[in-house]
Amino acid sequence: MSTILELPIETYAGPVEPDWCPGCGDFGVLKAVKTAAARAGVRTKDLVVVSGIGCSSNLPGYLHAYGVHSLHGRAVAVASGIKLANTDLKVVITGGDGDGYGIGIGHFIHAMRRNLDLTYVVMNNQIYGLTTGQASPTTMKEHRTKSTPRGNVELPINPIALALVSGATYVARGFSGEPGHMAGLIADGIQHKGFALIDVFSPCVTYNHLNTYPWFKERVYKLEDRPGHDSTQVAAALEKSFEWGDRIPLGLFYRDEQPTYEDSEPALKQGPLVNQKLEVDGSLFQSLIEEFL
Amino acid sequence: MNEITVGIGGAAGDGLDKTGDTLAKTAARLGLHVCAYNSYQSVIRGGHIWLRVRLGEQPLHSHGDHLNALIALNQDSIERHAPEIEAGGLLLYNADRLRLDLGLREQVRSVPLPVAELTRTLGRVQPIMQNTVALGALFSLIGLEFDVAAGVLADTFRHKGQGVVDQNVGLLRAGYGYVREKFAPIGPRWNFTRTRRPFITGNEAFAIGAVAAGCKFYSAYPMTPASSILHWMAAHGERCGIVVKQCEDELAVANMAIGAGYAGVRAMCATSGGGFALMTEAVGMAGMIEAPVVIIEVQRGGPSTGIPTKTEQGDLNQVLGASQGDFPRIIIAPGDTADCFRTVVESFNLAEKYQLPVIVISDLLLSEHPQTIEPDDLSARVPIDRGQLVTEWNGDNGPFKRYAFTPSGISPRALPGTANAEHVAPTDEHDEEGILISDVFANQAVRRKIAEKRMKKLDLALQELPAPRLLGPADAEATLVGWGSTRGVIAEAIQRLAAAGLRANQLHFKYLLPFHAREAAEILARCRRTIAIENNSTGQFARYLRGETGHAVSEKILKYDGEPFEPRLIAEQVKAILEGRPRRLDVTEAEAREIAYHYLRTRLSEELRPGRLERLSGDGQGEPLWLVEIINRDSGHKQGELRIGAETGSARSWRPNA
Repeated sequence: MSTILELPIETYAGPVEPDWCPGCGDFGVLKAVKTAAARAGVRTKDLVVVSGIGCSSNLPGYLHAYGVHSLHGRAVAVASGIKLANTDLKVVITGGDGDGYGIGIGHFIHAMRRNLDLTYVVMNNQIYGLTTGQASPTTMKEHRTKSTPRGNVELPINPIALALVSGATYVARGFSGEPGHMAGLIADGIQHKGFALIDVFSPCVTYNHLNTYPWFKERVYKLEDRPGHDSTQVAAALEKSFEWGDRIPLGLFYRDEQPTYEDSEPALKQGPLVNQKLEVDGSLFQSLIEEFL
Repeated sequence: MNEITVGIGGAAGDGLDKTGDTLAKTAARLGLHVCAYNSYQSVIRGGHIWLRVRLGEQPLHSHGDHLNALIALNQDSIERHAPEIEAGGLLLYNADRLRLDLGLREQVRSVPLPVAELTRTLGRVQPIMQNTVALGALFSLIGLEFDVAAGVLADTFRHKGQGVVDQNVGLLRAGYGYVREKFAPIGPRWNFTRTRRPFITGNEAFAIGAVAAGCKFYSAYPMTPASSILHWMAAHGERCGIVVKQCEDELAVANMAIGAGYAGVRAMCATSGGGFALMTEAVGMAGMIEAPVVIIEVQRGGPSTGIPTKTEQGDLNQVLGASQGDFPRIIIAPGDTADCFRTVVESFNLAEKYQLPVIVISDLLLSEHPQTIEPDDLSARVPIDRGQLVTEWNGDNGPFKRYAFTPSGISPRALPGTANAEHVAPTDEHDEEGILISDVFANQAVRRKIAEKRMKKLDLALQELPAPRLLGPADAEATLVGWGSTRGVIAEAIQRLAAAGLRANQLHFKYLLPFHAREAAEILARCRRTIAIENNSTGQFARYLRGETGHAVSEKILKYDGEPFEPRLIAEQVKAILEGRPRRLDVTEAEAREIAYHYLRTRLSEELRPGRLERLSGDGQGEPLWLVEIINRDSGHKQGELRIGAETGSARSWRPNA
């Protein structure tokens, strides 16, 4: 991974300061997204950051770039439309676990099997923070939250495994406690041609008192520090994706080069849709009418 | 006026569509006007299909309600429709398979076709090919030219090879020649102009309109009766440079289209009522982030899953009320097939000019029925207005204000990729630059001004859109008020009333939101009696009209049985209203027969059918009854009696013969 900044990080400084709680993991993600964009040399005019709704989904407002702060759960769909309309843009999706793995999980899975060239950064805090602390799709079993006072009885979603079996071609996990490492994963994800998921442990310091910075720090390790993990093998990645408990892996699980959806879309052969003229060719139009005569 | 209506009845899989298409295209190539409607009659066994094709020398505005010739492809069709054939008409059927065992009206001729004998030399004849023999016979009898019909068949089957073409033309000739020797023609003395007119459905006109308007992105999830737009787009997307995306659900459909619209391409999606329900939150998003998008809502019978293959105008409340909060949207209801083309072109311009969602509301009747339209109704050269699109922004002028407060409410729009105009388009409330004022820094003053800015756009749009006009005599006894697809059938009903000496006029609405409340109120105030005509059960438009104008219509004619209005029904009801006769909701004889068919199909046997019907004053069951004699299909012997409530429609008792 490149550690050279192609552009100064201040390029991406947004108009307002984040209103996240002090200590929120999302600060680390914001910095990593800026750093990753700087490393990848994405110009602000060509960067579109799309989010849904939730604490983390406020992120586009704290950046200098184009953005859509869309509906709860719909960021991936909106981003897909933007990318198909203008393939020259770098489209990064940012959001939380409730947004992406709960209400928006349908779009998440389908975008991966399409292998659209999108980068999806999920700030996974295993809780609903903006709505003050209910269980989320990644809340651990038995965790007591406002909505699960007797302990959560549902199994958490495994986003890494889900991404692997759904056809994502870049699957990684970062941690807000390791912002430099995470920035590298996001930068590589942006440069990867195809759907990239970067699931990020981004602790909620206000509402999740189980999955805290110290909790993660004593468990996480980097896959690249352990020889033997082959990130070109989906079966090996899938096995690693189930590692949870005392040891939790970070880093690149899997990466593969596959044709993107855009590559196989015939209407994009002439270049981005947004650059095509609107007026229809007269002889083409006449040939369409002939079918009705 | 010279015109003929041909009915084709058969089961699903009998090849009705292709047969109807050959008939319609032949007539259209001769320069006749054609209007067809396919009603899927699910009350009879085998998923019965009933296609009517109306041909005439003058423009047709509905499929009408006549029946001059019937091609019966199965016994059900003879049972059900042969008695409807009008004097001077024809019944054509395959005499090898079907029999005529009921009486026809006077001066109706039966034309049994010995298909096996006629096709003996034509190779292996599939059952579906009997249709072509019948078509040949029909063309001979109603005076459509053989060579033109043969040309249509050649075009239809060319991709299957010359052998198939020759066989089909042979079948056509067999039927044509056979009746020529034996039967006198009934056809009018047609004046064929040979003007070539497109024969097209509303959905196809929507799709072609989108191409002309420069649509580059179309997303959809399969849903009847909107799916044929997806099919057309998928088949033509590559040639037309349109990305056609079938999505996982309608949430994705709408959100993708809005994303594409935000990024700067003209984007459209279509669905029916259930799918639109899933799109509603996104509609509000488009209003809030001021992204252009065109959404077509093709109504079908509701509520819930409802009657997917039937027509209705039941989603007006839904499109008016879609999504939370106040936001600007434009709603347009095209009135006929050619209008579908114009409406889509106009919708793309309005969506970009006013930066908002435009909802085009159609219905199964308008979207699926094919008809001829004038050649210049479809044009490649249409006006394109992209509104206030900013292609460059000098950063020295300060930050780009995507939601700048302007007198018109319209703000300059920059697309991603434009230097110095970076901004976020947020669904949270925001200021001129798109910075949130929703949570920590909520601000009443900014909120008030941006809410006004958004809604103000509709004031300007209203000035641009044409106001409704009253058509017909100003001093009419009744004004028929409608919206959308019923325009043509109401106009035809008014002609029928005029022929009967009753003066009615028409006030029809296409632009539903923003609404010309002042102009409408002025017109309505001068009307002697207003009658709303709607294909729904509660009069949704009449209620909306009252809310907008304060005018309560005098009467409503509502139809919600899944079938479209026909001129006779409207004319009869208007006449009843004008004469002060009560209109009752009792089960008619025809309806009692349909209820009996349903009962037989689901509870007894398809070997049975309803025979004679008699209305009884009641036999202790609390309501008058229809006594339906049930007979055996083959022998005609009575098998029992079914009693059906004449008020409730309940199948009250089945008494088999002892």
